[in-house]
Amino acid sequence: MAAVSAMGVSQHLSSCNNLVPEWTSQEVSTGTTIMAVEYDGGVVIGADSRTTTGAYIANRVTDKLTPIHDRIFCCRSGSAADTQAIADAVTYQLGFHSIELDEPPLVQTAANLFKDMCYRYREELMAGIIVAGWDKRRGGQVYTVPVGGMLSRQPVSVGGSGSTYIYGYVDSNYRTGMSKEECLRFAAGALSLAMERDGSSGGVVRLAVINEEGVERQCILGNQLPKFSTV
Amino acid sequence: MALSCIFETPVSGFNFDNSARNAGLENVLGDGKVKTPRPLKTGTTIAGVVYKDGVVLGADTRATSSEVVADKMCAKIHYIAPNIYCCGAGTAADTEKTTDLLSSNLTIFSMNSGRNPRLSMAVNILQDMLFRYRGQIGAHLILGGVDCTGNHLYTVGPYGDMDKVPYLAMGSGDLAAMGILEDRFKPNMEIEDAKTLVRDAIHAGIMSDLGSGNNIDICVITRDGVDYIRPYQESEFQEKRQRKYKYRPGTTPVLTEKVIHLEVELVEETVQKMETA
Repeated sequence: MAAVSAMGVSQHLSSCNNLVPEWTSQEVSTGTTIMAVEYDGGVVIGADSRTTTGAYIANRVTDKLTPIHDRIFCCRSGSAADTQAIADAVTYQLGFHSIELDEPPLVQTAANLFKDMCYRYREELMAGIIVAGWDKRRGGQVYTVPVGGMLSRQPVSVGGSGSTYIYGYVDSNYRTGMSKEECLRFAAGALSLAMERDGSSGGVVRLAVINEEGVERQCILGNQLPKFSTV
Repeated sequence: MALSCIFETPVSGFNFDNSARNAGLENVLGDGKVKTPRPLKTGTTIAGVVYKDGVVLGADTRATSSEVVADKMCAKIHYIAPNIYCCGAGTAADTEKTTDLLSSNLTIFSMNSGRNPRLSMAVNILQDMLFRYRGQIGAHLILGGVDCTGNHLYTVGPYGDMDKVPYLAMGSGDLAAMGILEDRFKPNMEIEDAKTLVRDAIHAGIMSDLGSGNNIDICVITRDGVDYIRPYQESEFQEKRQRKYKYRPGTTPVLTEKVIHLEVELVEETVQKMETA
């Protein structure tokens, strides 16, 4: 099912090559802010909700937190079409793998499946993905697979166009050993700050907590976001 | 691919040799004055709204070819399945063929499995196909329908990205239509309110966008059936065409008449007997 074809005319080629007709319009991008934080017992993941086509917001209530398996989610940034297709393909592969194994899959397996696909088709795809979840062997884990197909495990990871504005906040405010509620406040704060400064991020903040018991999703509306400036 | 009954386009698929040739010709001939024909785009306004009992889809009816209106009564709401309809914006040929292909695939599936098709399946098939062609199929589609899981409205873009939303507008007039929808949409509206809202949204697109115009089509899909109202509202700038061009003999005066006999010579005569037994 993973029919990612190398058609030979990749997205960045067509704009400078005038042999391709120009009715290929602008691609839809989740210029975005996504993040994931590990805590003892699980992970907290979050994302904004804006999808843009150029300057137009195609969807202001997007859900960028995509379930891959019962206790594994991925946060999508980059091209909406590419990330949706990759997530669909990995969901299928992981589901098949889990049925064969007859036990829940590891987060590391899911992350490797993403990495394989993103690295193999790195010329055709534009996808920055954070894979996060809980499994019995290692508990809560966060893996980041940025554009290009690197794989790295990190206790906290941010991604997307808005992430550049919050590296300082994340580095100074993250501590190991935070509780679930502290992580939720930390993620909500970071995402609000990024949405405040990045034009391609906005809308509502979607959060999810993944632990042994299951997945708990919440949504913080625009007027309920934490405020940082008094202006 | 899990589905064995899908009618796949052959692997050799799209062939872009002609596009390259056309672009080459434009550069070489006439110093850029020779222009190859442009694909017919439905510069369009389409909208959809989920209401209490189902989904309302709306579209304008103008199809443009550069600055000329090519078709004043174009049908942009395409049949996919008895419970699923699809509005298409973008390149007219692409939306037509893509929706036809989808409709055929879903019909085959229904017959094979004995189930009514679901929106999520239609969206998946579209996504697969459009993603595979990397945006070369210029189809911006709004799918709406009612199935056993509820009333749904989806949009699928030409690159294969999908969004599920309660209300939506697409096409060149989408900004104007979206303004109306954002202002007046409420969840669980009544049918008349929903129809009026969609009509107003398309009307805003027609008024504010050159690529949209003429009449407004509305399609209401509920669990009990489909009401395809075409046109829901006609443009107030209709002119009445006569369409009868018979004139009585003598209308045009005859000045001269010249008769030339054709010399016909019998060259060969064959007789073939038919078996009439």
